[in-house]
Amino acid sequence: MDSLVIDIAILVLAGFVGYAVISKVPNTLHTPLMSGTNAIHGIVVLGGLLLMPEASGWFEKLLLVIAVTFGTINVIGGFLVTDRMLDMFKSKEPPKAEETAEGEDQGSS
Amino acid sequence: MSVATIFLQSQNFIDAAYIVAFGLMIYGLSGLTGPRTAVRGNQLAAAGMAIAVIATLLRKGEFHGSGTVWLIIVGAAIGTAIGIPAARRVQMTAMPQMVAIFNGVGGGAVALIALVEYRHHFGGGWALRVEIFELFGAIVGSVSFWGSNIAFGKLQGILPGRPIKLPGQSFINLAMLLIAVASAFVLAAGTHSQALFILGILGAAAVLGNMVVLPIGGADMPVVISLLNAFTGLSAAATGVALSNPVMIVAGMIVGASGTILTNLMAKAMNRSVPAIVAGGFGGEVAAPVGAPGAKGGTVRSTSAADVAIQLSYARQVVIAPGYGMAVAQAQHAVRELEKALEVKFAIHPVAGRMPGHMNVLLAEADVPYDLLREMDDINPEFPRTDVTLVIGANDVTNPAAKNEPGSPIYGMPILEVDQSGSVIVLKRSMASGFAGIDNPLFYDPKTSLLFGDAKASVSGITSEVQAL
Repeated sequence: MDSLVIDIAILVLAGFVGYAVISKVPNTLHTPLMSGTNAIHGIVVLGGLLLMPEASGWFEKLLLVIAVTFGTINVIGGFLVTDRMLDMFKSKEPPKAEETAEGEDQGSS
Repeated sequence: MSVATIFLQSQNFIDAAYIVAFGLMIYGLSGLTGPRTAVRGNQLAAAGMAIAVIATLLRKGEFHGSGTVWLIIVGAAIGTAIGIPAARRVQMTAMPQMVAIFNGVGGGAVALIALVEYRHHFGGGWALRVEIFELFGAIVGSVSFWGSNIAFGKLQGILPGRPIKLPGQSFINLAMLLIAVASAFVLAAGTHSQALFILGILGAAAVLGNMVVLPIGGADMPVVISLLNAFTGLSAAATGVALSNPVMIVAGMIVGASGTILTNLMAKAMNRSVPAIVAGGFGGEVAAPVGAPGAKGGTVRSTSAADVAIQLSYARQVVIAPGYGMAVAQAQHAVRELEKALEVKFAIHPVAGRMPGHMNVLLAEADVPYDLLREMDDINPEFPRTDVTLVIGANDVTNPAAKNEPGSPIYGMPILEVDQSGSVIVLKRSMASGFAGIDNPLFYDPKTSLLFGDAKASVSGITSEVQAL
């Protein structure tokens, strides 16, 4: 099979995986989720790393260094800030946390 | 070259590492579905990212050419030096801006990579796969970069939060989109012009990104950030296809999918449609029909901390409806003290704060027990049985106009039905209207009393009065 076809197949399947995994997230965790997925698209940093050896001339090198800088900010900042947020959820009520998350739609009444 | 080195540099090993990497990211994300597994989930995703980066650096020829290794180190070092302190120091209230700016730099990276990739093939014919996906990435990444920066500026208060609208705005937006797409077609058809790429694609997309976000009002901003987050994900996936890198495709696409879901959820919670938001937000509507605050007539009744404390002490059920105003005043910790002194529940609107789930983070930061928080659908039936509802810094999400006034711009938005409770106490700094700039009839309701002042001071005042009783 043409590798382009394979790549597009991966693209489509990954879309469904993302949908399936993420549609289950409770409302309360949407902000950390947004921040966490935000960190994951920092994967673009790989693009900078892949192209760097082929860069010719100072202009391309400069562009790629900026791209790697941007990507690194995205990845490191994103994961750290998500971790900080989630830590606040975790440390509170360890025994109750899970029960609450699952009992949310039953309500309190 | 040792056997071990050859093994580590082989394409098979790197591919296997990539599969482990995206497996970890997917598994980690699925961990985000529960508060207990979320921390580990995020760490697993980060580990996946680290594996992907290391595997890429192992590639044969990665450090070909003397400067490469240093250039990578310089980029990574600057990024780390900026990213770590930013993530450590940011206040929880400023989270939406933080997400916006992290998202923006991601989009910027995509656009820059696309430009370099284009220059490499300059004059020398692209493979179609590289071309189409790279052009898509360039446009979307650039829109995302500029749009996110504007969103950041607005949320951070650098730019005015109000919608900024230019005459003929939609026409300009459409024209910019057409210029970008047309340039992409011309380039894909075989024209090699760097100027066309930079001006036609990156330039037009930049203008588009600015123009699309500028007219959007503050209340719609989280939806926009989420949309741009999805955009950056898609553009990263497109770059992955262009470079034929499976981990980039998977990671980018997962973000594209999740961002789309989140965007829809948020828009639904506010009863807004995504196209309507992008086409102009609350822009024109707010200024005209709603009128000046107080136009609904009626007088407001103000109260004192001591009276509130007495009311709260004799109430059988007390509900606190917190909003972004509480967070701005840094009143979370004071609210936590009040919660300890009384028996209360918290009514959490899906978009309370400035992002879905933002309020949960803010309250979690202040150690408010997780099991006291009630989602909107669970708490709404309880309001008629509630004696006193304390509204702290929330406005639009409690506005009964959303239910009763078909003419209101927020008509149809699901709200916390605090007006159903026995009495309502609103803690407010002043009579200014909320984030959406809409007047709130709740304040003129005869059973509502207002406690003016800084939310933190007011809540502390109430707490000490309650404790003194």
